[in-house]
Amino acid sequence: MKTVFQPTKGMLPVDTSYCPGCAHGIAHRIIMECLEERGMLGKTIGVVPIGCSINAHNFMNIDMCESTHGRAPAIASGIRRVHPDKIVFTYQGDGDLASIGAGEIVHAAHRGEKFTTFFINNAIYGMTGGQMAPTTLIGQRATTCVDGRTVEQAGLPLRMCELISTIDCAVFVERVMLNNPANVRKAKKVVSTALDIQQAGLGFTFVEFLSTCPTNWGLSPTEAIHWCETAMADYYPVKNFKKPEGY
Amino acid sequence: MSKVLMKGNEAFAEAAIRAGCSCYFGYPITPQNEIPEYMSHELAKAGGKFIQAESELAAVNMAYGAAASGGRAFISTSSPGLALMQEGLGFTASCEVPIVALNVSRGGPGVGGIQPGQADYFQVTRGGYNGDVRIPVFAPSGIQECVDLIYSAFDIAEEYRNPVVIFADGMMGQMMEPVELPPKKPIADDAEIARTKPWAITGTDAHEGRNVVFSLRLQPDVLEAHVEHMFEKYARAERELVRYSTSNLEGAEIVFVAFGTMSRLCAEAIELLAEKGVKAGLIRPISLWPFPDAAFDEIGPEAKVLISTELSMGQMIQDVKNAAAGRWPVRLISRTGGVVPSSLEIVDRALKHLQEVQGK
Ligand SMILES: Cc1ncc(C[n+]2csc(CCOP(=O)(O)OP(=O)(O)O)c2C)c(N)n1
Repeated sequence: MKTVFQPTKGMLPVDTSYCPGCAHGIAHRIIMECLEERGMLGKTIGVVPIGCSINAHNFMNIDMCESTHGRAPAIASGIRRVHPDKIVFTYQGDGDLASIGAGEIVHAAHRGEKFTTFFINNAIYGMTGGQMAPTTLIGQRATTCVDGRTVEQAGLPLRMCELISTIDCAVFVERVMLNNPANVRKAKKVVSTALDIQQAGLGFTFVEFLSTCPTNWGLSPTEAIHWCETAMADYYPVKNFKKPEGY
Repeated sequence: MSKVLMKGNEAFAEAAIRAGCSCYFGYPITPQNEIPEYMSHELAKAGGKFIQAESELAAVNMAYGAAASGGRAFISTSSPGLALMQEGLGFTASCEVPIVALNVSRGGPGVGGIQPGQADYFQVTRGGYNGDVRIPVFAPSGIQECVDLIYSAFDIAEEYRNPVVIFADGMMGQMMEPVELPPKKPIADDAEIARTKPWAITGTDAHEGRNVVFSLRLQPDVLEAHVEHMFEKYARAERELVRYSTSNLEGAEIVFVAFGTMSRLCAEAIELLAEKGVKAGLIRPISLWPFPDAAFDEIGPEAKVLISTELSMGQMIQDVKNAAAGRWPVRLISRTGGVVPSSLEIVDRALKHLQEVQGK
């Protein structure tokens, strides 16, 4: 019989701990599929963040380490110095990357670190129970802004792709969305391109995934996907911001 | 082997290179700037990698990443920078990742000053990290000893899979002394890393199974078991890593307890006291944790007073009192803020303490 589908060896055969409707699992899988397809699962080192996806090392079938909150890009920079020929990546949420770790991500990009950052933007702090993140939209409710975020109180949401793409040594910056199968396939191509560019040693590569957090958004999984593709995609345009010539 | 005249900070950096350090991460702070400067050109020549980190927070985390993946990682800083590294040091200990950190300390608190200080004693022995962590700390009294301690610190860190801190001070960093440099060890290649660090995250092709370096343990009993495992290592450290030296303890009425630069001044004070007919001796802790309690058993029956002599308002004195266990009165001679007392000042104040405990 012809095999038409096989789960990737990059994911361990266990259930994830993520809530129904959360996109972490989809992002994990497409990253692992890309690594498997290029035969690099055994030559990859990943750094997980503080956040729901600290658990990623229980699901991704590769060597990994945990990080202090926000410092994954510094940790990956250290790993890169010992392993110039491996694939190195960080996987970070928006509290981790855009708030406490804003300094480390900017400087990893600024040094042109040759690793890839996968940034999961769900516009909220998931693991700690739904507090406001720098990426929380105006009017969006969170446990530290129960009537919705206001500009007066917290400023306007931070757009990380836009910020990172101003840094010259960040050579590939793209935002993708995981709201339907077609976009998941597109996202996978983007992940693959980012890894190609990393392997070619061209500079820092950054992929942002617009993601969902039904639990803390107080929405059903389908409502959450709808909110992601409307409200979120409206403020965070899904597109390529930067790529090297030829990619 | 011949001696070379070197500035402390440069000798410390060279010692790390000779120990086979493969990665150094640093952020500028006086009085240790010569270390990142030296590393920026010399480490690459030896085949290692240098990053000028964006902060001490980043530096310690870079070191964690490098060491978790099998590198020999070295960081250096001075007091306020070490405060920023505390979370990373505690996390690294919890993950059982070996790194070596050098603190060329200065006067505090806050941004403080840039002259030598020892007010980081609590910071290095008690730490600012959360949780049950111990970090071996070695305090040299001169450039040669610091070079030797840095050279061996990497092996200790790797044997115990825990950070190790070297606590020097700005005086040692800035002065010049003749030193004998140890032989250069090669930087470990991938095969050597796989052989000596089977736990390192080097990619699953490079070792059996899958390696994960982690700290999070949400189950209380699992976390407790991990901390107990760490404390088995720490109990071994308390048996194996105690280092100290003593001098003139026989017949001494005054026993100074001092480390680092202060111990050198005490050695001078002991000679001056001898000229006045007062016998004084010195206990010099080299390991600050584990603290050398055993040294205090060498104190003779003539001892009238123990004097913790510190460049701080008195921090080590807590460990001295603990080790003295009520056997002798314990007093303090201290200067702080970067002020270093003269040996004459130490003599004066020591004699006053002696008179006071004798009820004179
Ligand atoms: C130093 C430190 N501060 C705060 C926390 C608590 N904390 C754990 S996860 C988290 C937020 C993570 O949110 P995000 O990065 O958005 O990821 P998500 O959980 O939504 O995937 C915080 C603040 C911590 N563990 N360490």
